Amino acid sequence: MSYNALQSDLAKQGYVASDDLAVALHLALSLERPLLLEGAAGVGKTDVARTLSVVRDTRLIRLQCYEGLDAAQAIYEWNYQRQLLTIRAAAEDGETGKAVEQRIFSREFLLERPLLAAITQDTPPVLLIDEIDRADEEFEAYLLEILSDYQVSIPELGTITAKSKPIVILTSNGTRDLSDALRRRCLYTYVDYPSRETELAILKARRPDIEAQLAAQIIGFVQKLREETLEKTPGIAEMLDFAAALMGLGIADLTDDPTILQSTLTTLLKTQSDQAQITPEVAGRIAGRAA
Amino acid sequence: MSRVTRFAGRDPGPAARVTGFIAHLRSNGLRLGVAEAETALAAITEIAAISPDESRRALRAVCTGCKEEAVRFDALFDSYWMDAGRVKQKVIKNKSSTISEDVHSSRDAKGQDSSGAGSANAPDDTGGDAESDGTGKLISSEIRNLSRKDLRDMVRPHEIATAELVARRIGAALRDKRSRRRRTARKGDRLHFRKIIRHSLATGGEPIRLLRKHRPDRTRKIVALCDVSGSMTVYAQVFLAFLAGLMRADTHADAYLFHTRLVRITEALRDKDTMRAIGRMSLMADGFGGGSKIGPSLARFADTYAKRFVDGRSVVLILSDGYDTAPPEALANALAKLKKRGCKVIWLNPLKGWDGYAPIAAGMAAALPRLDLFAAANTLGDLAALEAELTKL
Repeated sequence: MSYNALQSDLAKQGYVASDDLAVALHLALSLERPLLLEGAAGVGKTDVARTLSVVRDTRLIRLQCYEGLDAAQAIYEWNYQRQLLTIRAAAEDGETGKAVEQRIFSREFLLERPLLAAITQDTPPVLLIDEIDRADEEFEAYLLEILSDYQVSIPELGTITAKSKPIVILTSNGTRDLSDALRRRCLYTYVDYPSRETELAILKARRPDIEAQLAAQIIGFVQKLREETLEKTPGIAEMLDFAAALMGLGIADLTDDPTILQSTLTTLLKTQSDQAQITPEVAGRIAGRAA
Repeated sequence: MSRVTRFAGRDPGPAARVTGFIAHLRSNGLRLGVAEAETALAAITEIAAISPDESRRALRAVCTGCKEEAVRFDALFDSYWMDAGRVKQKVIKNKSSTISEDVHSSRDAKGQDSSGAGSANAPDDTGGDAESDGTGKLISSEIRNLSRKDLRDMVRPHEIATAELVARRIGAALRDKRSRRRRTARKGDRLHFRKIIRHSLATGGEPIRLLRKHRPDRTRKIVALCDVSGSMTVYAQVFLAFLAGLMRADTHADAYLFHTRLVRITEALRDKDTMRAIGRMSLMADGFGGGSKIGPSLARFADTYAKRFVDGRSVVLILSDGYDTAPPEALANALAKLKKRGCKVIWLNPLKGWDGYAPIAAGMAAALPRLDLFAAANTLGDLAALEAELTKL
C-alpha cells in the first residue's frame, strides 16, 4: 500500500491529510514506529488518530495526558478491594499464604489502564497519547519502555510483552520541550495550519451541502484572520463551527450583514482580547479582502 | 576530516549514499545516530524512493525531531541530493523568526545554541567616550554602552562560593506543593493500598498496619533575569555572583542578562572553571552598563525562551531597579504574557532597601500588580534573608 492509498482512505472518512502527514503515517504503519505530531491547537492532530482507527477498523485507545499523570492511571493498577476480599476468604478456607499471594498478584486482579490495554489487544489498536507535553518529564520516562519495546514491567508479575504492536500516535502542542530520548524513538511531523486548498477540501468533505461561493469566502476569511496577531489563532475545528453557524443562520454571502458576521465570530475568537481586537470594521475589511 | 556535504557519485550503492546523507545532517547539527540511519534505509524501501518528493517527505519524518529541524531539512536535502555534483556555497535559509511558537528546543533555527550570540563591538568611532562607569546616577539611558567590561574584575571566587550557598538555600525554599504523584510517607493523607495489601498477607488479610502516602514537594525551576544596565552597575557584583552561584547550585536553573538586549548566559555559566565562566559571560554581556530596556527585553524573553523554559513549576526572578527607557505598558504587557505561562514572578529591586523608597518609576509601578513578590536585595545577605518569604509562595 502506498501513501496515496492511505491518503484517499482517510479522505473517504472526511480527513484531508497533507502529503507530508500521509507519508509519515504510511511509514509509521509500515515501520511500526510511533509518530509524533506537533503543531498548534486545532490543526487536526487528534483527529488523525480517530480517523485512522476508523480506516483500519480497530479500537482507538486514548490517553489524555495532564500534569501529575502517573503509572496507576496510565499503565495499570491492582484491584485492591478484590485482593483484600480474596485474602480474607482464603484465610477462612485455610489456604496457605504462598498460594494466596500467587493468586492475588495474577492478571485476574490487574486493572488495565490505556497503555497496558493497548499492548494486550489481539488486533493492533490505535493508541493516541494526546498532549504529551502536558505530562511531566517522569511520565515520558515511563513511556520510553513501552514505545521502544512494546512491553510493560510489573514487579509482582513480570514483563508483559505486546500481543500485537499498537499504532502509536503522540500529539504535542509544544507547551514544554520534549526529551530527546522520546523524540528519537518517534517519527516526526510538524502539522501546520492547512493551505487554502486543503482547508477548502476539508470544509467540503465535512459539509458537502455548502455552497461553493460561501465556502470560498469562509476559507478566505479564516486564512486572512490567521494572519492577524491573535492570542489564539482559530484552528480547523473553529472554522467548521463558523461554517456551521453561518449555514444555520442561512447566510449566503459574508459581506451581506456585518452584525451577523460579528456575532458568528464567537465561534472563531476564543479570548476577550481577540474579540476586542477584531471589531466589526476589521471583520468587514477582512471579509471584503477575502471575497 | 572533510565534511560530507553532498551526494557523491562514486558511492557504491544506496546504503552508502543514505549514510552519507545522515553524516551530512549530523555535521549540520542534527542529532542523529546509527539507529536513525537504519530507520532511514528501512523507510526508503517502504516508499517509492525514485520520487524525490516522496523520499524527501519520508526522510524528513525520520530524520527531524522538531519544527526548526523540519524547516532546515529541505535546504539540507537539496544541497546533498540535488546539486548534481556541483560544488556550491552552502547557503542555509533562515526563517525570519528563529524561534517558533510551538516548538521548543535549546537550539535556535541555525542549530546553534542560542546563548552564544554575543560578539565583540568596537568602541564607537564618533570619538565620544562611551564608557559609563557606575556613578550611581539613577537615570535610565537609551545609549548602548559599546565599551566592554571584564566582569572578572567585578566578581571574586569566594563570593561565588557564598552565593552558591545562598542559591542552594533559596532553591530549597522554593518548593512546589502541587504534585499528584504520591510517595510513601509515615504521615500521609492517603492510604498506600499496594503496600497495605502486601503487608496484610502476613496477617491473613487483616490490614493491621496502615501505610500511607503523601504529595511530595517538587523543586521549582529558577529562571533569573539580571538587569546589567548603567543604573545597576553598583549592584552588578552581587547579582552576578548570585547568578554564577545559582548555576552551580541548581542544575535546572536558567540565567539571562539584559540591558538593551537579552542574552542567555546559562551555558556560559555552566563552565566548570568559575573564572572562565565569568569571562565567557562578559564576552556575551556586551553593552554592559549601558541603557536599559526592561519592557522589550522581558517581552522578548516571554516570546522566545519562556515558551521553552518557563512552565507552571518555574519561578522567574527579575533582578532590576525598574528604571526603563521603554514605555511602561511594554513592561506590563510582557509580565502579563509571562504570567500566562503559569509561573511565579519575583522582582528583587536593590533600591527598595533605601529609606523612603516608593516604586514611582513608571515601569516599576506598572509591574507591581503582576508580581507575586516584590522585595529588596542589595547584598548576598539580603538574598539569603528572602528564604522565609519564598517558602510562603
